[in-house]
Amino acid sequence: MKSYKGMLAKRLRLVLAGCAMALTAVTSAAAAWPERPVTVVVPFAAGGGTDATARILASLLQRELGQPFNVVNRPGGNGLVGHTAVAQAEPNGYTIGIATTELGSYKPMGLADLTPTASYTPIALYNFDPAAVHVPAESKFKDLPSLLQALKSGERVRISTGGPLGGSWHSAFSLLLLKQGINPATVAFVPSNGAAPGLQEMISGGVDATASSLPEAKPLVDAGKVRSLAVVGLQRLTTFPNVPTTKEAVGTEVTGGAWRAIMAPKGTPNDVRDRLVGAVEKIVATEEFKKFMNDRGFGISWAKGRDLDTFLAENEKSLGDTLKAVGLAK
Amino acid sequence: MFFDVLSRITDPTTLIAIAASAVFGVFMGAVPGLTATMATALLVPITFFLPPIPAIATMVTATAIAIFAGDIPGCLLRMPGTPASAAYTDETYQMTRRGEAELALGASLMSSAFGGLFGTAVLIAGAPILAEFATRFSSVEYFWLVVLGLTCTVGIGSADPIKGIIALSFGLLVSMVGLNNPAGTPRFTFGQTALFDGVSLIPMMVGMFALSEILRFAASGTRSLDKVATPSGSILRGVGAMFLKYPVQILRGSMLGTLIGALPGAGADIAAWMSYGISRRYSREQEKFGTGHVEGVLEAGASNNSALAGAWVPALVFGIPGDSITAIVIGVLFMKNLNPGPQLFTSDPVSIYSIFALFVIANIIMIPLGLLAIRLFSRLMRVPRQVIMPCILIFCIVGSYAVNNSLFDVGLMLGFGVLAFVLEESGFPGSPAILGVILGSMLENYFVTTMISSGGDLTALVSRPIAATLAIIVVLIWSVPLLLRLSTRPKPINSAGH
Repeated sequence: MKSYKGMLAKRLRLVLAGCAMALTAVTSAAAAWPERPVTVVVPFAAGGGTDATARILASLLQRELGQPFNVVNRPGGNGLVGHTAVAQAEPNGYTIGIATTELGSYKPMGLADLTPTASYTPIALYNFDPAAVHVPAESKFKDLPSLLQALKSGERVRISTGGPLGGSWHSAFSLLLLKQGINPATVAFVPSNGAAPGLQEMISGGVDATASSLPEAKPLVDAGKVRSLAVVGLQRLTTFPNVPTTKEAVGTEVTGGAWRAIMAPKGTPNDVRDRLVGAVEKIVATEEFKKFMNDRGFGISWAKGRDLDTFLAENEKSLGDTLKAVGLAK
Repeated sequence: MFFDVLSRITDPTTLIAIAASAVFGVFMGAVPGLTATMATALLVPITFFLPPIPAIATMVTATAIAIFAGDIPGCLLRMPGTPASAAYTDETYQMTRRGEAELALGASLMSSAFGGLFGTAVLIAGAPILAEFATRFSSVEYFWLVVLGLTCTVGIGSADPIKGIIALSFGLLVSMVGLNNPAGTPRFTFGQTALFDGVSLIPMMVGMFALSEILRFAASGTRSLDKVATPSGSILRGVGAMFLKYPVQILRGSMLGTLIGALPGAGADIAAWMSYGISRRYSREQEKFGTGHVEGVLEAGASNNSALAGAWVPALVFGIPGDSITAIVIGVLFMKNLNPGPQLFTSDPVSIYSIFALFVIANIIMIPLGLLAIRLFSRLMRVPRQVIMPCILIFCIVGSYAVNNSLFDVGLMLGFGVLAFVLEESGFPGSPAILGVILGSMLENYFVTTMISSGGDLTALVSRPIAATLAIIVVLIWSVPLLLRLSTRPKPINSAGH
């Protein structure tokens, strides 16, 4: 019994010492961040696109700031688990995370009270990939107007969403339909486990069109199996100069797609945030980062501070509106 | 060109990459809870700093070897390393209990190497044609393929088919948990965010196989090992005899594995289960299955490794991943400017043939390395069980945690372990439940996707030629034995009269 008490006292001391250390860590965080390794939470599994961008960013941040940046994957619930982990972490700069488009869908769909604008200290946007519309090479739809015309006339066109319903590509395409005066709730959207399975379903004849990013369809376009009709954005992509924008194709100015940003927990000290923003800004401008993003087919998009706040707010609103229009919002 | 390929793969960087990733692959496969997919994912940051061929070499070598090495803990400790090896874990474990651990592992090593080489040969000779065929499969064809998979595997793992079907249904029920259903609505999650992605397969598998075995050991009160694994002379000679006895099974497993692997919506897991099921169904010694019979191990072992090579077919030709491993590899291919597509075969033949050569090398060095690993790990069996069981428990916990960095999964592992122990004590087999989880969500997704596409028209299930063919096969498999039994019914009565 005595030895048990002794152990308890010893443990208590340890815990207290730990608390004291944690406290000093918090107070000194502002002074000379980062003084110890930083955890970068990725809300998707290792090996995916989000994970790959996080790992290159982490290795460059490590070089820039002199402390290890450890990538930790917290997949689950279409990204909800990892996004929640960052939002609930201690706001001391030692836990940051990657946030993705999915973050905007949790609240409208009634899954969690988590939003890009209210739940975090946004650091920087580093990637945006606009959605595009693809059809099989032999499809009767030669361009975007003919596809939209068919949808307007009430013809049953099956469209793969290249991911879950309510995901980036589904939302972006629905936004285009809304602006064209077509009710997206009447369209036969078919969900899939990602862009590649969606495109596979299309070339096998299971659906008539697929929404996904342009690079995701590139191997099949090169193989002569798929044609990309238009990209849902304001400018053509330099890597796909032959694919018209929705503005050129049907005269609708609309942007929609998938984004990735670095976020810190809400309440992260301003000077930590500023150091992090500065470091990421330097990294995004390096040849190394540009080459990586370009080779993987990811578009670099940069926003910080007020621009980022505006970007996140606009995305949150349009995603919310779209989810309501397709009937997925609670 | 031959010399170009040779100089690329004998480049020192490539050779070092192969050797290092081979050892890494053994480690990732043999440590329960760590998988071949994880091995690939962990290699991605390293490939940032490697030239293209060595980068691909690390992935090809590590995965081929990890899939085999995954059989090691399955066989020795009843702790399958990958969902693909879960199909024959019980079979090899029974062999281990008879003291034939080295023979069981030798069988799975050599059939893995054979399957891998077979798949590679198909990849070299027929990738574009096979990929073209694979693109004809839409969700309705996959639906029938999954039904076919269930049909082949009904009855495995249990002497009592009814109890097997109940266990399978339990697995199908578990597969419904989460929001990864076509509607994207949380189901049976009880408000737990951790359950949104469904019940994590690896922790469930580790619990149902390994933890239940630990519990059984603790409950039985025996303190000694069933039988010490005696080194049974030359492993190769023993396995050679098996190859001569079961050539048809090994070839059938390799062919089915390559084909299923090349279909992007299926993969190595189904391939192994289907092969094991087919092996049992058409075996002349059906009653020996489940008691430590090597026939099914050979067929399914060949099947899952050939599926690994088969998965590269759609990945290289169309950039469509055949499984979770090639999904990661495609990203690396893009990064190294080896963009997948038919033009890769014509525009850069040296690179593509170097990749093929890597497959051959990986599957060949698997043999000596595997034999070494078998000798090493078999020593585990001489460690007293009361020492090794707590160590397995630690591995169960660490492995379950490592999958998603989640304590919740550790809880799942413990829960399913206790459940499996109770079920197995009452005669319900565990493996059909695992199969149910693997196939359940696919079955639902493909069925609902088909129904959404067709607007709820059930005739869509048989309106395409391949789908209709698969449907007929399924109906025949179910109905022929029934019809035969009906037409031969008078006979047993007569013979009973004698």
